[in-house]
Amino acid sequence: MIRVELPPHLQTLARVGREVQIEVSGAVTQRAILDALEASYPVLRGTIRDHVTHKRRPFLRFFACEEDWSHESPDAALPPAVASGVEPFLVVGALAGG
Amino acid sequence: MSAVRVLVGTRKGAFIMTADGKRDRWDVSGPHFGGWEMYHLKGSPADPNRLYASQGTGWFGQLIQRSNDGGKTWEPVNNKFVYDGDTHTHQWYDGTPHPWEFKRVWHLEPSLTDPDTVYAGVEDAAMFRTTDGGASWHELPGLRNHGSGSRWAPGAGGLCLHTILIDPSNPERIFIAISAAGAFRTDDGGETWKPINQGLRSQHIPDPTADVGHCVHRIAMHRSRPNTLFMQKHWDVMRSDDAGDSWREVSGNLPTDFGFPIDVHAHEPETIYVVPIKSDSEHYPPDGKLRVYRSRSGGNEWEALTKGLPQSNCYVNVLRDAMAVDSLDSCGIYFGTTGGQVYASTDAGDSWKPIAEHLPAVLSVEVQTLPSLA
Repeated sequence: MIRVELPPHLQTLARVGREVQIEVSGAVTQRAILDALEASYPVLRGTIRDHVTHKRRPFLRFFACEEDWSHESPDAALPPAVASGVEPFLVVGALAGG
Repeated sequence: MSAVRVLVGTRKGAFIMTADGKRDRWDVSGPHFGGWEMYHLKGSPADPNRLYASQGTGWFGQLIQRSNDGGKTWEPVNNKFVYDGDTHTHQWYDGTPHPWEFKRVWHLEPSLTDPDTVYAGVEDAAMFRTTDGGASWHELPGLRNHGSGSRWAPGAGGLCLHTILIDPSNPERIFIAISAAGAFRTDDGGETWKPINQGLRSQHIPDPTADVGHCVHRIAMHRSRPNTLFMQKHWDVMRSDDAGDSWREVSGNLPTDFGFPIDVHAHEPETIYVVPIKSDSEHYPPDGKLRVYRSRSGGNEWEALTKGLPQSNCYVNVLRDAMAVDSLDSCGIYFGTTGGQVYASTDAGDSWKPIAEHLPAVLSVEVQTLPSLA
């Protein structure tokens, strides 16, 4: 089970708490996690990455195991601690005004 | 007893205000979607409890919400807005080519007859339509591709399609306005479009009388006279009596003819309202006095309406989608400010009272006149 932490607005939108747990089949990558997240919570489609290009929205960042994965390939394998559910995959809103 | 529902979009959520036909005691609910920018909410004329709302932030993009119970509960519908075909380029602020990019939905205009059909005006400028209650959105590409799109440039707020007026006598005829491209009209339900800007004059473009490039801030129409249009342009208040084929200036004795909203009295098609703003570089009322101006002659002769409005040290703005009218007798006029006040007049503008005073900056105000409070 993969753990994903969402920022407050997306928690409200998806009607979930801070952390959701999702199943990911195959390699645990950013793309696999976001595909599974959007399949479980369709309302999140378009809010984290573009509908068509699947590029990360510019004011969001992805963290895992105290590392910034925002600029890594979406198909790069995430750390084993994320794949095993020990550590969460974090979707973080950039601190840009508000 | 009849009732009124006011739908208010703000920078940090939506508010819904209801009152009976006396309009003297208001119930305010909200914020709905707290923390999100709510550019626009509007109800279906065919089913007043069907509401649509444009929700977004720079962080999480665009969402569309739908309510089937007058705003008590909401459900997100499809938020996928993808341009049809090659997106080409429009002009950037400096005149260089810039690729078309979807940013947000500025305005939602439900069909006059079908609650599941809604038009969406978006930035970068284009018109989309749903015919399934928001389950899917499809561009009407004939507007963006009719030939002048490469010469459209953004206004200060972006390249936004902000006004959609459906002709009540002919649903195939729709008027739209884009900042800064101008006004356009379709006579075939959105398949083909043409610019309708003859008579406009704008100093911010190389040819002040060009067919496109004008920063139209808002257009308005009375249901009984769909060939007569009123326009608040970047500068100038304009009027057309031939469905936009030609325009003439009716700024008359206004203290300044810069402003954003313009609207028409529900029962008097020659009575119109604007809110003069000092200038395009100083977006607040002249002399710190918030004044609505009313013309009972379709323009040119204007009177200041000040009773109940702040007449000193007021430096708010009233944005283009932030004025609306009800259809009660006498006609109610409503507007919201960037200072978070929503003012209402139940006597066609003669006097005003705030119905909310400390909201986030108001982006839009729409009014529904209902048979009763549900």
